[in-house]
Amino acid sequence: MTERAPQPTTAAANPPVQPLASNLLPSDVVRISATANVPAPERQLDKVAKLIDVSKCIGCKACQSACIEWNDTHPAIEENVGVYENPHDLTPEMFTLMRFSEYENPQGDLEWLIRKDGCMHCEDPGCLKACPAPGAIVQYSNGIVDFVSANCIGCGYCVSGCPFDVPRIHQTAHVSKKCTLCSDRVAVGQGPACAKACPTQAITFGTKESQIALANERIEDLKSRGYENAGLYDPQGVGGTHVMYVLHHADKPGLYAGLPDDPRISPVVESWKGATKTVGLAAIGLAAAGAVLHGLFSKGNQVTAEEEHEAEELVVKTAAVQPETREEL
Amino acid sequence: MSHQYSAPGDHIESTKPVTVSRYRGITRLNHWVTALSLILLAISGLSLFHPSLFFLSGLFGGGQVVRWLHPAIGIVLFLSFFLLFLQMWKLNLPRREDATWVAHIGDVVQGNEDKLPELGKYNAGQKFVFWAMTGLILLLILTGLMIWEKQVPLWEPYAPWAATIPARRIALLVHALSAVGIILVFILHVYAAIWTRGTLRAMTTGSVTGGWAFRHHRKWLRELAKNRKAPDNHNTPAE
Repeated sequence: MTERAPQPTTAAANPPVQPLASNLLPSDVVRISATANVPAPERQLDKVAKLIDVSKCIGCKACQSACIEWNDTHPAIEENVGVYENPHDLTPEMFTLMRFSEYENPQGDLEWLIRKDGCMHCEDPGCLKACPAPGAIVQYSNGIVDFVSANCIGCGYCVSGCPFDVPRIHQTAHVSKKCTLCSDRVAVGQGPACAKACPTQAITFGTKESQIALANERIEDLKSRGYENAGLYDPQGVGGTHVMYVLHHADKPGLYAGLPDDPRISPVVESWKGATKTVGLAAIGLAAAGAVLHGLFSKGNQVTAEEEHEAEELVVKTAAVQPETREEL
Repeated sequence: MSHQYSAPGDHIESTKPVTVSRYRGITRLNHWVTALSLILLAISGLSLFHPSLFFLSGLFGGGQVVRWLHPAIGIVLFLSFFLLFLQMWKLNLPRREDATWVAHIGDVVQGNEDKLPELGKYNAGQKFVFWAMTGLILLLILTGLMIWEKQVPLWEPYAPWAATIPARRIALLVHALSAVGIILVFILHVYAAIWTRGTLRAMTTGSVTGGWAFRHHRKWLRELAKNRKAPDNHNTPAE
């Protein structure tokens, strides 16, 4: 087991069968939550991406099943409330979810839009920025954003940090959960389980470069078939994502179950984790240090012996004149 | 008995030398429960506020413990401070002499007490601490309940907006800013209590010297001096 696994180039190919060592190493981490100075990695892994071609999706949910099986999660059995979405939302046990939207286009035709929701693996991850626990969220040089449960404290800050409403807090394990882009499969040269399971290859996986090239082919094809607004969803507000969509209506991402038009880390989160953090700590530190120093060198505000005497006089005198003043009161 | 400048229970304990009872035992206990809660909240809160202070979470058993312990102590502080508030709010209402006191803040800092107006139980600085604590604690408990991950579902039936992610982001920012504010007020409070010599014993043994009361809160002392003999004078003619 000396040989390291190759970097994966596709999810479709069968994996190598001989035992191979992981090729996603601690030294490949480029960002660590609540950690300032991450050493520069010695090598740069190929940037990877998962491409979800919404126009090819048939809504079979094989991806959800594969995800459950690979990650050994146990989503609760829920009630059928008359919609195809199942479970009702992303949960700590369901990292990916087919979201079904009905859209009546300007021609008056009904379009059934199906989007596979889940972590987008942002190049600039809001969850990682918001996280207070060192090492609970890491980003590898290939672009994968991964949660490390051993370091997670379950506070839910990542939920507020995420521009896509993806992380979910496990109510009994008290840790945050989301899609890992199958980092444990990628580490040994395989693509994500969902992509492997997809029967129409609506989900593909490879280097980000190869997936953009594939997307462009698909967009050209869609345009030739009348979808003039077809395009790639790789939002630059978060530095691009490592899960991308081909949308037939790329001009209106919101049609696809509220996919954000221009996602970015909220300015509120930025100022909380930016100026507030730095200036706040500095203000507290300066105030504390100033108070201690001044306290040590100041002689304080002392009560004089004369004042003690005057107090005595005041109390005695008041007692003496009491009968008259009582009448007035 | 007149209580324009003093609280029920405040009284002159002895005359030679003069000592004045400033805080009853129950008030002191109430104060120290609040103080301990605030210190624990500040330490545990700071551990989640800045990565360089995350190690402080170790004092409580790690980040997973801080996650639930911090909000639990927050509830204790809120209730404890509420009891303090009930006892203190009236004497902390602003009065005319507070403006004069603030205008002479330079004399306050230099300890020129003779140039300041005579004051009741609290000066404008103490009143500022009281109302700042009140306001910030209200902000902190409200935003704290919004960002308490486990309690988020509680909001959904009553105030669904508070359970939304945009609202929680604002709550996180406001909570952090208020926390910085309350820590600064806390530092001011402790510093002023130590700098003004003879003050700490009011919250430990419960009493202050007559000279301290004469120097800093003369109207309070005058009122207590008047109240002191009042019951006797009142009773004598009737009997």
